[in-house]
Amino acid sequence: MIESAATLTALRRRIASLESRSVAHHAHVPLGHALVDRALGGGLARGRVHEFFAGEGGEAAATGFSLILARLAGPDAVTLWLRPAAAARQAAPYGPGLAALGIDPAHLLVGAMRDEAMLLRAAVEALRCPALGALLLEIRGRAPQLDLTASRRLSLAAEQSGVTALLLRMDADPTPSAADTRWRVAAAPSAPLPGNAPGMSAFDLTLLRHRGGRDGMAWRLIWDSERRQFGDGRDERDDHEWQGRERDGGAPLSRPVLSFPAVRPVAGRAA
Amino acid sequence: MVEPVRGAMRLAALDAAALRLGLAPGMTLADARAREPDLVLFEADPHADQDWLERLCDGCARYTPIAALDPPAGLMLDITGCAHLWDGEAALAQEVVHRLERHGMDVRHALASTPEAAHALARFPIASAPHEEAALRRLPVEALRLEEESAVALRRAGLRTVGDLAARPAATLAARFGEQAVDALHRLLGLGQRPLAPRRPRPAIRVERRFPEPMASTAHALFVLSDMIGEAGERLAERRQGGRRFEAVFFRSDGLAFPLRVETSLPVRDAPAILRLIEEKIDGLSDPLDPGFGFDMLRLTVPHAEPMAPTQLALEGGEARREEGIAALIDRLSIRAGRMQVQRLHPRDSHIPEQAQLALPAMESPAPAPWPRQEASGDPPMRPLHLFDPPQPIDVIAEVPDGPPHRFRWRRALHEVTRYEGPERIAPEWWTAPDGAVAGESVGRTRDYYRVEDARGRRYWIFRHGLYGTEAARPGWYLHGLFA
Repeated sequence: MIESAATLTALRRRIASLESRSVAHHAHVPLGHALVDRALGGGLARGRVHEFFAGEGGEAAATGFSLILARLAGPDAVTLWLRPAAAARQAAPYGPGLAALGIDPAHLLVGAMRDEAMLLRAAVEALRCPALGALLLEIRGRAPQLDLTASRRLSLAAEQSGVTALLLRMDADPTPSAADTRWRVAAAPSAPLPGNAPGMSAFDLTLLRHRGGRDGMAWRLIWDSERRQFGDGRDERDDHEWQGRERDGGAPLSRPVLSFPAVRPVAGRAA
Repeated sequence: MVEPVRGAMRLAALDAAALRLGLAPGMTLADARAREPDLVLFEADPHADQDWLERLCDGCARYTPIAALDPPAGLMLDITGCAHLWDGEAALAQEVVHRLERHGMDVRHALASTPEAAHALARFPIASAPHEEAALRRLPVEALRLEEESAVALRRAGLRTVGDLAARPAATLAARFGEQAVDALHRLLGLGQRPLAPRRPRPAIRVERRFPEPMASTAHALFVLSDMIGEAGERLAERRQGGRRFEAVFFRSDGLAFPLRVETSLPVRDAPAILRLIEEKIDGLSDPLDPGFGFDMLRLTVPHAEPMAPTQLALEGGEARREEGIAALIDRLSIRAGRMQVQRLHPRDSHIPEQAQLALPAMESPAPAPWPRQEASGDPPMRPLHLFDPPQPIDVIAEVPDGPPHRFRWRRALHEVTRYEGPERIAPEWWTAPDGAVAGESVGRTRDYYRVEDARGRRYWIFRHGLYGTEAARPGWYLHGLFA
């Protein structure tokens, strides 16, 4: 029994050494929101792959959220945003809007790639460049080429260089991957300004998966583009709305939930 | 042609008819008008003249590779070794004159053994002389291209021709009229030289390798190429330059040639980096590089090089190396996806939303353009994250035609507006319109923008195109952007 325990420990150590080759990059990118940071053990792990799934019609919210995270990961470094050419033709990133969100457009490079294979190759190439602050990889649809192997390749490249990779998935369901965390991001009603005008950007976050940590929690975050940090997004109206949703079987606001009902896809657990 | 000189309009150039009337360049316009009221005037445009001269110069590349500008109105062709192709120097000169005259130009020419001599002989017609030096000696002192005062001083001293000057000892001339006079004289007589600066400089660096046996493997050819790149890099380093463009040509033994061109956003001379770009290019070829029966020659040229300071290894600050890393990444991605596909956003000073930014290839603009600082107002973003180009038409239900939207349909989904702010009225650029144009006609219509949020918290930027009643009977609605 003792022997097997020793073997187990050795195996565990070996697996740990296989999983993360360099411990040097173990820094975190704090989001500035106490609860989220505590749940993640200090923030998003640097030099890892993080997946963000856009909820229905939440493409702009997911894009905005991951751009903000890219900015937090490297405030003065260049962020590369790789997009499918089809998406780039339709809606272009808008500099004045980025600047208004607190992201310096001068530090943004936008690359449009013809197809999925090229997108993934370019992503690996970019992740090998340690000068990059963060990589934002936008992928639309099911993306059959982004399988476990491809995502493992991305995560290895990210670990070696210490560049944080943010995978932005549109119109897709979670599949097994080597990502460190996996999120669902949707737009949330903002706290209105006087005169019922839309306020600061608000996001509904669900942590679908967290490697080596607890998952299944949901928060509402508000991005303060002025102070460039996340705040807690609760006001009375939201509370009211969320109570309603809680009755439907959703998650309460800013409170870790242990039992997450069947809303979450089974595949999310699989990886 | 008139041009302003020291505050007065003066004649800059005249045609033959005006010269016959007794007008001369340098006369004030008022004087000329007094003499000849029917003058037809044009404003002198030196830039257009220069442009035209450059085009003529480029055209002269058919005669010789070394064609240089001789502003304001001359071209200098070095025809050494070219004349036999046109049956002799005189025939070549005739051909050039003939070609230029067909463009309606008045051409004078001269052939001489130095550029200065040719310049002078073409401008100062003299009686024929037995040989070139005799002809030069008969030229007036003005042919030396000295300052006006020096020429006048020479004439006062009784030295009227170049020959008079050449007969005096150089030291005396230098003491009295300055070093330039002697220099000019020596250049004119072919004793000193000033090289021509041809318009089309030769490729900065060119490395070639010929193989006695054709090389059937691309890998081997690349190995040789890496050696050649190293050599080119050393030569660039000697000149303190870095290449911006590299061209490698693979010549196949059956006569085909494969040219590969790579460009970089910063000057480089680092052999592994250049080789990597070329390999990237080969990877991205739609037709693979087929050695066929083998390559028998490789040529590497650096058509575009820029100054580059010698690099210091290590101990350098992190910032420079980071710039370099990003530039190398941009190069690789641009070669793979195409140079237009990797872009940076640059600000433009315009209040029209879609014109407020410019996406330029990152290759051409390596330095990030500074964006105007956001002033602290405490407001949420007023501009969207994504902009649709063109704006997407939507169906909107509003309570009153010129009121805020109530609900709208976009991509077949209905959105209930719960919060809105607006309108933010953005007028078209009326100052660019022709006089008398009314808004809504040729200028474009006024847009009323609303920031709206739907029941699920998604934020949109929509606008009504045209003012209700005055600009459009039923103004259309468009979705222009998405907020985060």
